[in-house]
Amino acid sequence: MEPLDEELEESALELPSEPMQLNMGPSHPAMHGTVRIVLELSGETITKADVQIGYLHRGFEKMCERGTWTQCFPYVDRLNYVSPMLNNVGFALAVEKMLGVTVPERCQYYRVILGELARICDHLVCNSAMAMELGAFTPFLYGARAREIIWDIFEEETGARVTHSFGRVGGMASPPTADFKGMVRSGLPRVLAMVGEIEALLLKNRIFLDRVEGVGKMSKEDALAMGWTGPTLRSTGAAYDVRRAHPYLVYDRLEFDVPVGTTGDNYDRFMCRQGEIRESARIIEQALDQMPDSGPINIDDARVVLPPKEEVYTTIEGTIQHFKIVMEGIKVPAGECYSYTEAGNGELGFYLVSDGSGTPYRVRIRPPCFASVQGLQQLILGRMIPDVVPTFGSMNMIGGECDH
Amino acid sequence: MSKKVLDLLQAKFGDKIVETHSQFGDDTAVVVPEAWRDVALFLRDEPRCAMNMFTDLTAVDYLEREPRFEVVCHLRSLDRGHRIRIKTRIGDENGESMELPSLAPVWRGANWFERECFDMFGVKFVGHPDLRRILMYEEFQGHPLRKDYPAQQAQPLVEYREGNFDKLAPFGDDEGMPFGRQTHDYRDTEAN
Repeated sequence: MEPLDEELEESALELPSEPMQLNMGPSHPAMHGTVRIVLELSGETITKADVQIGYLHRGFEKMCERGTWTQCFPYVDRLNYVSPMLNNVGFALAVEKMLGVTVPERCQYYRVILGELARICDHLVCNSAMAMELGAFTPFLYGARAREIIWDIFEEETGARVTHSFGRVGGMASPPTADFKGMVRSGLPRVLAMVGEIEALLLKNRIFLDRVEGVGKMSKEDALAMGWTGPTLRSTGAAYDVRRAHPYLVYDRLEFDVPVGTTGDNYDRFMCRQGEIRESARIIEQALDQMPDSGPINIDDARVVLPPKEEVYTTIEGTIQHFKIVMEGIKVPAGECYSYTEAGNGELGFYLVSDGSGTPYRVRIRPPCFASVQGLQQLILGRMIPDVVPTFGSMNMIGGECDH
Repeated sequence: MSKKVLDLLQAKFGDKIVETHSQFGDDTAVVVPEAWRDVALFLRDEPRCAMNMFTDLTAVDYLEREPRFEVVCHLRSLDRGHRIRIKTRIGDENGESMELPSLAPVWRGANWFERECFDMFGVKFVGHPDLRRILMYEEFQGHPLRKDYPAQQAQPLVEYREGNFDKLAPFGDDEGMPFGRQTHDYRDTEAN
């Protein structure tokens, strides 16, 4: 990185000055998310920075140790509240890995489609919010409208717009609605049209480009050592995508590309996310074609899945099965397991320890943006204050996830 | 595939590897605390391991066991695509003697994860550049994720804090601007 005022003569700088300390946040209008950045400035250049997180800490891991495995779902919803479905599926897969069960094929496709819709939401929010913080308000409104289309689908499927709590161990809360495929097929082109319009508004805009191109560069080696994953890592040129490297669900049957960047600057991160929105749309289209129209959604295992309501009320077996699962929880074999999926921000890992009872002994989440935000200090050193805003925006810090 | 990594570790470190297992398909090696950083360095630098992706670091409190805590680290290799979990056991029943060599000099990403682990469990990482609480505030008492920390535990009121930036952000000599730059500081000009 080059000094910014290299050509200034020394005599012009004789004014004595103390470094100025500036407190950005915890609640700053130009930054989404509750984070505090203490900056030390020389002129307008940042010489030291300290990123302080934890303002949204709610003791997620402690809370999980107090209920059953199923009761963790509402909590994981609220980790990354921009794409809760991906967290739901990630946690369900982790518990299923310990139980050694695989959900039926129809459910796998259902999870993929809902997950990719959530990913589109996540990237849309990140990119359009980043543009809004740079003064481009219209792309944000377009993004919000596109997200509304997806949320309508979610509302129809799950009954909730944001925090669905829709995942279950061994399946989903309910099967797809009759018109699920039709809704997605008609909604997706409208979303993509909006995405195109957002790009058209931004990518030839001099102000936007000047503020993102070449700002916040990260090298591939540093990004790897920092623990970056997801779009932030891929923007540096390392093509690591959990869906491709360790396929789960049915991702090995679907064709998609992994967009990568070259320099790892804000522009690359923005473009990686835009590319991934299109790839997600491709995945959804293929999955819609391949998804069976009928068949079970939940596994057939009385120890894991709640029986249908009419059985609970009419048969003694159903009543007992329901009682055991609700009161004691699903019995997960003792041991430890690390399960990882590709969430909106990168590798979302769950490290679970079970003592064989119906309550988790330890639930550890590996939040992808915790690692990304850790790298923020390095990105903004030597830059100016206005560069903090797009750089922070492109990290896509989600407070709930980062602060557990 | 990463079974091979476990074999390599055992060949290299012998009895410093307490046990290995591959439960649920996750290859795991439990090492003695003294060898913690050596094992990490070996995993990073040995070309057959090449664990260049630092993934996760956390701890688990097994209240009834001795040693009580298990520090767990997950690693991945970008080029080889394999993963490994290394663990070590530290701490006595009172939650004392919690020292462990820091991995921050090995992978820079360990910095915040170790701070979190210190915050939540009280593991003291020796050689960590900046071991402060990260999610909790400075005046917080105890370590919330320990099993003997009650979930209903109340915390004392914190006095109104005067704005004191020095206290909040202790910058070391190695931190700050990464390039040589004209200084405006009197001390530096006098030294020249």
